[in-house]
Amino acid sequence: MEASVADRIRRDISENDVVLYMKGTPIFPQCGFSAAVVQVLGQLDVKYKSFDILIDPGLREGIKEFSNWPTLPQLYVKGEFVGGCDIVKEMYQAGELAALFQAKGIATAAGA
Amino acid sequence: MTISARIEQKLTAALTPSRLVINDDSARHQGHGGHHPEGESHFHLTVVSALFEGQSRVERHRMVYDILAEELAGRVHAIGLRTLTPAEDV
Repeated sequence: MEASVADRIRRDISENDVVLYMKGTPIFPQCGFSAAVVQVLGQLDVKYKSFDILIDPGLREGIKEFSNWPTLPQLYVKGEFVGGCDIVKEMYQAGELAALFQAKGIATAAGA
Repeated sequence: MTISARIEQKLTAALTPSRLVINDDSARHQGHGGHHPEGESHFHLTVVSALFEGQSRVERHRMVYDILAEELAGRVHAIGLRTLTPAEDV
């Protein structure tokens, strides 16, 4: 992985509380798994920054290596890797995702 | 050997699961990116293993991804995962 890609990821996840690396955009997700995470974040009404890895091949490979996680989407909260689609959905259903956002001081629908 | 047979063999050897369900979801992803014309591109796995005890969700998924790294680098585009300890498998 190019050092610049890792640097960019490090900067993006430190400058944004919630970051989603995904296929497509929140409006037009290009993959069902990415769409599922977008839906969860929408339910919680969380503000997040998304990156479309389909238009950025360097980022697509770089993020997998950076996270040591072979698939996308990937969710980061306050610089920490939270998981992919299955983990995000499980955490949401268990109420753990809302709790995580609350613990990190990130506004959600429930906390509003 | 089919990919699903290989997945079963590898996970059984590495995790000695008390329950293992492998669903081939490939047909549901036809025409979507990553779908392979010969199938066996998308799977959903339920893995119940005592080795998950004390591991976070991320760590459990990483264990499975590591075991199946070869498959994920090849034809397998996506693996949906449910990873449970025997106590959680109710």
